[in-house]
Amino acid sequence: MEVKETYNGKIREATIGLGDTAVTVGGETSLPLYMFEGTAPNKPVIALEVYDTKPEDWPEAAVAPYADVLDDPVKWALKCQDEYKADMICLNLASTNPSTGDRTGADIAPIVKAVSDAIKIPLIVYGTANADKDAEVMPKAAEACQGKRALIGPVEEENYKTVAAAALGFDHLAAPHSPIDVNIAKQLNILITQLGLAPERVIIDPTTGALGYGLEYCYSVMERLRLAAMTQNDSMTQMPMINQIGREVWKAKEVKTPEADEPAWGDAETRGVLWEALTATALIMAGSNILVMRHPKAVELTRQFVAALTG
Amino acid sequence: MALTGIDIFKQLPKTNCGDCGVPTCLAFAMKIAAGQAELAGCPHLSEDAASALSEASAPPIRAVTIGVGEDAVKVGGELVLYRHEKTFFNPCVFAAVIDDGMDAATIDGLLKQTNESRFVRVEQDLKAGLVGVKSLSGDTAKFTALIEKVKAATTQPMVLMCGDPAAIEAGLKAAGETSPLIYAATADNYEAMAALALEHKAPLAVCGTGDLDALVELVKKIMAAGVKDIVLDPGTRNPKDTLERLVYIRRAALNKKVKELGFPTIVFPNEETEDKMMEAVYAGLYVGKYGSVIMLSDLNAARALPLYVLRQNIYTDPQRPMQVKPGIYPIGNPTADSPVLITSNFSLTYFIVSGEVEGSRVPAWLCVMDTEGLSVMTSWAAGKFVPEKIVPFIKGVGIEEKVKHRKLVIPGYLATMSGELEDELEGWNVEVGPREAADIPPFLKSWAS
Repeated sequence: MEVKETYNGKIREATIGLGDTAVTVGGETSLPLYMFEGTAPNKPVIALEVYDTKPEDWPEAAVAPYADVLDDPVKWALKCQDEYKADMICLNLASTNPSTGDRTGADIAPIVKAVSDAIKIPLIVYGTANADKDAEVMPKAAEACQGKRALIGPVEEENYKTVAAAALGFDHLAAPHSPIDVNIAKQLNILITQLGLAPERVIIDPTTGALGYGLEYCYSVMERLRLAAMTQNDSMTQMPMINQIGREVWKAKEVKTPEADEPAWGDAETRGVLWEALTATALIMAGSNILVMRHPKAVELTRQFVAALTG
Repeated sequence: MALTGIDIFKQLPKTNCGDCGVPTCLAFAMKIAAGQAELAGCPHLSEDAASALSEASAPPIRAVTIGVGEDAVKVGGELVLYRHEKTFFNPCVFAAVIDDGMDAATIDGLLKQTNESRFVRVEQDLKAGLVGVKSLSGDTAKFTALIEKVKAATTQPMVLMCGDPAAIEAGLKAAGETSPLIYAATADNYEAMAALALEHKAPLAVCGTGDLDALVELVKKIMAAGVKDIVLDPGTRNPKDTLERLVYIRRAALNKKVKELGFPTIVFPNEETEDKMMEAVYAGLYVGKYGSVIMLSDLNAARALPLYVLRQNIYTDPQRPMQVKPGIYPIGNPTADSPVLITSNFSLTYFIVSGEVEGSRVPAWLCVMDTEGLSVMTSWAAGKFVPEKIVPFIKGVGIEEKVKHRKLVIPGYLATMSGELEDELEGWNVEVGPREAADIPPFLKSWAS
């Protein structure tokens, strides 16, 4: 059966962290999971979420694995690293959101430093996608984890000059965030590489929609980016991609609703775990390289999926 | 690849008689190419031209119907490799497999799931679609008894699963003339299975050995026997191999016009792992990558619901946004003093906004306006979410009877129209809400206090 494709493009490799525990992603020479016509030297990796303040609105199934550490970002990160074997930690600076905590860059810098010093695995630090606020917060965050080669995001069209420049200045990587749009994703990559950030320091954040909440838009935009990367050898689409899965999945109605409220929907933990695992695996099919996730059981399913499809 | 208008025009009589209802043959050809007219509309087409065209214009992947009547399902008929190129047309179906080695309680449980595994989401009825009935024992009497039991219990079409044509024959009789999917023809039994498929007007699954060239040869013989409705099982039972075969089958059908592979597929995540969670994850793989009939070990609600929603997402037409019904959506038992919000009827907007309102635990009235499925900003730009449309909607939707106050919260992105809207919406104050849905909970909490 002569239906094998040959591709003229390749995904860039990007390395987050330094030394023995650095993690490299990307490098694929075919469409995602098409091991029959290319190679994938680096498998998709999983970053577990840590928040800078105790989350108040998580459903029970998501709280349970972290119940003893939710109010301590350092202990939380160590639990993800040591017990749940995360490949990376993604520290979310949720408390800087102007409409909730509104903490400043100076407020959160010590937390970023403490977490980055405590863990051995690579660090991702994410703001709240409020362009103005992130422009104030993220340079402080980037400074606080200087020397760790972290991934700093999200970089928006409105603040790339500040946030991507901070990533560059403090020797990190940057995650440009585009609103489910191929052209804006490319444009933002052009802008931040023109600032001086090497393309190997760029990870695309295409915006993540959870299962049932826009997954299909995200899936198709990622698929289009991957097709452009592989078949058109379009350089500005050839970066690895990151998806913020945990925070999107665990606010979905079908995930948060307890079984007692909707008996027809079945066990809440099973439902939530599978909601997250199916979101993650669908986005791997579309080209995701870094999956930021929440529930350890969903992580385990996603890992088994990757092993079965790429092993 | 589909025929172009010019390809079709060449075969037409070129008389411009207009009997097809279109003024010229060229225009008619263009309509056929665009899928807006049928070849049969031309009464003067020569037989040779008709057969040449119908062969060439046949869809590259045949749409196959399983079952009869209201609950029949149609799978296949796909035209693209990637959904953004057009859309995926006929949603895949799931089936829990019931076998004759199970005890009565297990069988009853699976039948109950088959009937009750239904969810309504974005006004679509989500369900499995099929039920698998499998002979493990090889005992024809047991198999037919099970088929009769399933037939009495559910109207979902069946997949009759047995390698023995004699048992399938008895099973088809027990199933009545319900066009179940026969699983499966193999190199050893295909002649008898093909004859049964023809006699009972039932679609026939063909089970390969993992070798696609061999599958092509086998399907060729079955097609030669006259069977048209075929479903392909590549024969692999691990997800890595199955994915490869499904990609090759879809590509061969669409890009290489391999007729023998131009059919829907059947896959077995239930046989690829013992772990039911992994089974669901593999089923998800096949929802996205070219599975048409997906066999499961059960339809436990907590695992079925996410799979049905994944199918709904993947099979949504990218050109046509999903819409929710316009109207008033009460969230959390709102009262006459609860806040009133307005948003667009783009389903994603509705889901995210209603989710955040619900998450805020502040009861509220959400007024969803008909913006033809466009999002807030897009519909505003298109003139569909503007004061002259909002005023008649708010005045007519009945919200004035539900609340005592007259305060309307509009999306933050529409702040610029708040003055104009307040002028035109008599008796109402307009308040500008947050731009991002995620900021709705703090907004509502402060509104309420």
